[in-house]
Amino acid sequence: MRPYVAAFTSRFLQMLQYRTAALAGFVTQCWWGGIKVMVLTAFYASGAPASMPLAHAITYTWIAQGLLALLPWAGDPEVALSVRTGSVAYDRLRPVDAYALWFARTTGWIAARVLPRVALMATFAVVLLPLAGLGAWAWQPPATLAAGAFAAVSAGLALLLSAAFVMLLNIATAALLNDRGINALATPLVIVLSGNLLPLALLPDTWQAVLLLQPFAGLLDIPVRLYFGEFTGWTALGALGLQAFWIAALAALGHAAMGGAMRRLDVQGG
Amino acid sequence: MPHVLVERLVKSYRIAERDPGLWGAVRGIVHRRNRTVEALSGVTFSLERGELLGLIGPNGAGKSTTIKILAGILRPDGGRVEVDGRHPFDDRERHVGRIGVVFGQRTQLWWDLPVGEGFDLLRDIYRVDPVRYRRTRDELVAMLQLERLLDQPVRQLSLGQRMRAEIAAALLHEPELLFLDEPTIGLDAPSKLAVRDFVKRANRERGATVLLTTHDMHDIEALAERVIIIGHGRVLADSPVDALRTQVLAQRRLVVDFDGTPPGTFDLPGTDLVERDGRTVVFGFDPATSSAPALIARLVANHAVADIHLEGLSIEEVISRFYAMHGAGEA
Repeated sequence: MRPYVAAFTSRFLQMLQYRTAALAGFVTQCWWGGIKVMVLTAFYASGAPASMPLAHAITYTWIAQGLLALLPWAGDPEVALSVRTGSVAYDRLRPVDAYALWFARTTGWIAARVLPRVALMATFAVVLLPLAGLGAWAWQPPATLAAGAFAAVSAGLALLLSAAFVMLLNIATAALLNDRGINALATPLVIVLSGNLLPLALLPDTWQAVLLLQPFAGLLDIPVRLYFGEFTGWTALGALGLQAFWIAALAALGHAAMGGAMRRLDVQGG
Repeated sequence: MPHVLVERLVKSYRIAERDPGLWGAVRGIVHRRNRTVEALSGVTFSLERGELLGLIGPNGAGKSTTIKILAGILRPDGGRVEVDGRHPFDDRERHVGRIGVVFGQRTQLWWDLPVGEGFDLLRDIYRVDPVRYRRTRDELVAMLQLERLLDQPVRQLSLGQRMRAEIAAALLHEPELLFLDEPTIGLDAPSKLAVRDFVKRANRERGATVLLTTHDMHDIEALAERVIIIGHGRVLADSPVDALRTQVLAQRRLVVDFDGTPPGTFDLPGTDLVERDGRTVVFGFDPATSSAPALIARLVANHAVADIHLEGLSIEEVISRFYAMHGAGEA
């Protein structure tokens, strides 16, 4: 484990240094969050959908905004750069599993961007909004203590799931030598299917089963449903199991794809 | 058994091509052309434990490709490669823990991390025992004079400083086999000397087997006992450096700028006229048989000379002479 923990920690600490980026991201996400909350409020005023109360939809929005950096809509730029410049050669020289090494590094990269942003968002939406007299628009606490705990574990799994997705983007980048096309394809898919654009429960009823089982739901929708206490007991464990299943499946796919990409890899330049 | 064994190694790259200009770009959308370039077409050599081998050849000759295959980064298309009985690509994880690699044109240290933290990260990635690591690191830091660089981020180092740090980074896990791909490229004279001195010590004192590629003949003269010249993906010559020295490297050039039009013929025994361009005439000679001071004295006594300087052979000339000497033909 030692090489992987070291790779995670080093990337995590390195990314934490970008304070301005975190702050700028937070401001943008507050702005968009505010717009989404107002749109939802207007939408609910014309007749509430049965599937989700307004307070939940608002809390969902703040969580989604806080966890925006968790979504796998782009590959790790460091990987893209190392592929373009050929420094990827050095990654091949480490006596460790190449997939696991990149996975650990990618997890550190995501975690370091998520944690400051979600902390800022919680301060803003949980604490400051009620103080400003906008309690109706605030981020509400979890349904129960147990729901909060399940949601926390699920968020941890969402991090791993996101890393497994980002790894697929990284590997595609390594195979194609460029990240732009891949990232452009990934973004809309992730934003809609994770629930970031709109809670999945608000999408058409006939799609619900499929929406819940597809892998992107584990990035956001499942943790938030656990937070609201929609799943409890065995169902909650089942939800975590579903996330774990997708992590394992995507990691296995990534591992195999990486082997193939590395076989064909030409190290660029000199 | 040799430490490194390479037999009839073959590797080709596929290169996407397109016609120039706008029309070419448009055509490229619907019609793709690929060309196969043979980087290595049957390279064979072996390396004994503790040897220091120099690999030279023009750009694109296949030097780096050979190193990348030996390091397990690239998969060979054909032939046999064994390092200590391991197959570099297939046994990659086991293999790379026991080799150290420096690519002069890339960096393996993390751009934004201080040098010392990069070293610590490598310690963890290579799972080096902490006590051993501290000893090796302190030794390397002292030998390569890195004390004052440990706290600096890699991006702020000069090229010479970075290369010293890179070399230390490649040796932290005490590899028994070291690949150095153009380690002195772009370095100033003192940095080149420091790198050469260090490589020599790593080879002599630690007994590391070293495979070095370079464009600088001085690297070869200072370091290697044996040299392989590679060109067109083939081994053109494999010879001890001493032989190279007496046969080729001994050649010198005397470049003379005359004051006025130079005469048609010269009375300079032991030289041949290599080139004539306006007022400048280049003579070739072998310092073992003709002495430079005597030649110069003779020239100055008989002709009006504006300037004189001496040159060694460039690596390109050495290589083309080797082509000629070993009958490889196409130079």
